This record gives sequence, structure tokens and C-alpha cells, in this order.
Amino acid sequence: MSAPLRDLTVDSVTGIDVSLPVAGPGARAYAFLLDWHIRLIVALAWFVVGALLYNGRPSLAPPLSNDARWFGTVVAPALAIYFLYHCVLELAMRGSTPGKRMAGVRLVARDGGSPSAGALLTRNVFRLVDSLPLCYGVGLISVVLTRDHLRIGDMAAGTLLVFERAEARLPGSAAAAPGAGHLDAAGAEIVAELLERWSTLTPEARQRLARQVLERYGGGEPAASGGDPDAAWRAELERLASSR
Amino acid sequence: MDGAARQRALSASLLQRAGLWREADARTRRLSSGRSDDAADATHLADDYRLLAHDLARARTLLPDSRTREYLEAAYARAHATLHRGAWHIGSELLTLFRDEIPAVVRSLRPYIIWSTTIFALAALAGYALVHRYPELIALFASPDLIATVERGKLWTEGLLNIVPSSVLSVQILSRNISVSLFAYCAGFLFGLGTLYILGLNGLMLGAVFAFVSRHGLGGPLASFIVAHGCVELSVLCLSGAAGAAVGEALVRPTHAGRIESFRIAALRSGKLLIACVALLVGCGLIEGYVSPNPGVALWARLGVGVGYWLFMLALLSGRLFGRRAARLR
Repeated sequence: MSAPLRDLTVDSVTGIDVSLPVAGPGARAYAFLLDWHIRLIVALAWFVVGALLYNGRPSLAPPLSNDARWFGTVVAPALAIYFLYHCVLELAMRGSTPGKRMAGVRLVARDGGSPSAGALLTRNVFRLVDSLPLCYGVGLISVVLTRDHLRIGDMAAGTLLVFERAEARLPGSAAAAPGAGHLDAAGAEIVAELLERWSTLTPEARQRLARQVLERYGGGEPAASGGDPDAAWRAELERLASSR
Repeated sequence: MDGAARQRALSASLLQRAGLWREADARTRRLSSGRSDDAADATHLADDYRLLAHDLARARTLLPDSRTREYLEAAYARAHATLHRGAWHIGSELLTLFRDEIPAVVRSLRPYIIWSTTIFALAALAGYALVHRYPELIALFASPDLIATVERGKLWTEGLLNIVPSSVLSVQILSRNISVSLFAYCAGFLFGLGTLYILGLNGLMLGAVFAFVSRHGLGGPLASFIVAHGCVELSVLCLSGAAGAAVGEALVRPTHAGRIESFRIAALRSGKLLIACVALLVGCGLIEGYVSPNPGVALWARLGVGVGYWLFMLALLSGRLFGRRAARLR
């Protein structure tokens, strides 16, 4: 069983704390691996395309003599993509990167707000320390050992990684608003979610889940008729959701 | 009305406000992404923040494990961040960093910078005096290859460009220098002692090597090689050391509730200086790759590059490069 997430709690003038779930080593590693693959692929793509254009034939071989044009147009941009990826994208995407987005995490300052440019750059400067002695050894140990799962760069920059709740969606409001009937708020959410996902489920799953929900919340089975059974189950759920 | 019915009624009244939450969240997203410059959106934000706080408090009690609560937590966190930090513009963020924040760090670290520069200079003098008086001690500071090359009357920097192209040399040098600079900073985490060691050792080596090459009549050529990039490179080493020493002192004499908190605050503040250091070292690497080893560049040109780049560093660290004085006058 996994340990419960720790929350970053930020005081607010309203008296209601802001609560942000802190990302653990797993989420951090997942985001890093995604980013690593992206930057590696893009840097390699640049190198390959640049080398092919430079050589004018299907060859990736460097020139025999020292040529500044080869370095400036093929090698340096590829290195820049690889090494400046985090630095530039975190600045441009306000503490996020494509990998972090895919992993559902983002960087925040200790006050819960977006980190400043100084904090983001400081964090990236310390990447060199975190990557020692190899494979982010220092950073990994630090992430595992610290309470908020911080690498050295995060400590120096005052940042931490939290789970992004951007995907948290409200259930359909009309369906979710419980009436005075059988359905409580949690039930209304379940019914609304089932109706939202209806088209993505197989007919067997729809009917099984609809039966379970209706049994639990006191709805009845749809009357047997010659019509579409799927539509009948859905209508019954909608009736339950709107019951008052 | 029984408890369960009352709970259902309260939940119902809460969920009926979903439309208001959506509108509030949409406004917050527009403002935080900088897509809206509508004054009405901005004036609504404070009301939205209070509305979301109020309803989140109710949702935490009435619907603790619901998607509604998750949604409100996210919307409230976004509104909080937007209200307290405002819109994000990279240009103005970077301008603030280089014009205001880094100069403020430099000012606060002034005593440390003076001390670290003094330690480095004294160590260099000591190294020079030591090897000048006892030349055999150069073996402690330089490799046998370097000693043999100098004893043949040559500098190890001669013909460097025949071995490695300028571009590759620049990248090698700047990455090495950035590592040394970061190491000097991080060494300060050992209660400041590491910084003392790094600055002392580098100063001793510089002085010792200069004394050794001077004995073989190569002091002038070495100074000529170093002058273009060395002024800033050595200054940056002292700056990194100063930043590290400040963190070290925070550990030795904590200024806040706990040693860790004190360390965190000192690291957060002084770490910003390292951004400027890294940027300056990139320039040093390029100069050391393209200008310093190039025998075609005259001494006056090297001096011009060295002094000019050093003045550029001063302008950067004081914020004047980004119009700090003009901003203050306004």
C-alpha cells in the first residue's frame, strides 16, 4: 500500500489553507524520464538532420579538419538542446516542461505560487551538483531522504514539485446536484461520472455498473421492453440523478 | 429535518454554485496566462478568491472525498497563485532578476566578497613567494609535463589551437570553469571551510605557477595569455566562494529559527549570484577558446578584451547594464 501524499499547505488571508499534494520520487522520476527522452530525441534529430545537410550525402561523419561551421551548426545546437532544455522550457512554460505536464506535476515556490525566474535558473544551475556522481545520484538520494522530496537544486531555489490538479473536473452540475430523494452528493457524483463515461464503456460494463448504482441508491431496473436496453439503463440513471 | 437530510440539502445548495466556480476559474486562468487585460477580470479576482475559499471550506466538510472538492482545491490554488504573483512575463521576470535581485545579492554579500578576494590574493602571494624562494616546491602545484614544458622554455598554452579547435576548447573550458565555480560554492556548505580551501588552493597554484614561469622568463607571455579571460574568471571564482561562504556562515551562525531553515534562506539568496557567474563563465570560455590562445591577437587587444569584459561584469553585477540607475531615478 502506498504512503499517503504529503500536502504543501500555504496560509491564506481567507483563513482557508491552500493545499497542494507534493510529488514523490516516482512522479519526479517519471517526469524526468519523459523529459530526458524528449530532449535526447530532439537533440539527436537536430544532429542527424544537420549532419546530413552539412555533408550533402547520407553520412553522419564529422569533417576531417577542424571546421567551425560543423561545430556551430551541427554540434553546438544539439548540445544546447540537450543541456538547456530544462532551463529554457521551465522559464517559458512557467515551471513546467512537456515531461512534467505529461506526468501531471509542476513546479511551485514555497508560497504555492509560480517560482521566479531566479529560482528556476538557480534550480537548473544546481542540476550539475544533483547529477553527481552519475545518473543523478546525489539528487535521487536527496529526493528520497527529504520530507518534501527535494533535490539540492530545489532546496537552493526554494521550489518543490506538486501534482497538477488541472485535470480535476466538476461532474455535470445538473446531474451532480443532489435532490432530496435517495441520492446523496457522493452518489450524484458517481451517477454523473458514469453518465459522462457512458459512451466509452462496453454495453456489458454499462449495464453492470448501472445495475450496481441503481441497486445502491434505490433506483429500479428499467422495465423490459423491446427497445434499446442501453438507452433504458441510461434513462433510468438520468431519472435517478434528477430525482427530487 | 434529520442530519442526513440536512447534509443533503447543504450539499445541494453547494453544488448549485458550480457555475460560479467555473466562471471564477476561467477568469483566473485568463489572468494567470496573461491572455486577459480586462480590468473587470482583475477586479473580480479578489471576489472569486473569497468565493472559492468559502465554498472549498464547505466542500472539505460536506464532500471530503469528491471530485467537487478536488476541483475546488485546484481552482482555489490557482486563484491564490494568480492573486499573489500576478501574470507571468519571462522578459520582465528576467529583467527583475538581473536588474534588481542579483545586484541586491551582491550588495548583501559585499563583506564576503571582500574576504574571499583577500584570501585568494593572499594565497596567490604566498604561492608566488614560496616557489620564488624554493623553486623545487613547484612539484606540489604543477604536473611533471607542465614543469618539463616550461623548463624547455615554452608555455603549455603554445600551439593549443593546433591540437583542439577554438569551439571545442571553449566548450571544454567553460564546462570545467562552471564546475569549479559550483564546487567553490557548494564547498561552502561545509561550514565555509571548503570555500576557504578552494580559494586558498587556487590562489596558491596561480601564484606558484607564475613564480615558476617567471624564473624561466615566461611570466610576460603567461600574463598575456591570461589577461583577456582571467580578470573575470578569477573574479567569478571569488564571487562563487563568497556565495558559498555566506551559506557556510548561515550554518555556523544560524539567523533563523533552525539551522536548516537558515541554510535554506542563505542558499536561496546567494544561489542567484551563481546564475550571473555561470553566464559570465560562458563568456570567459569563449574568450579563452578564441582570443587567449590565438597568437595573432595583440597584447593591447587582449588587455582591451580583459578590462572591457571585467567592466561588463561590474555593470552586470551592479544592475546598471539593465538600467538600474535609470529605474531608481524614475
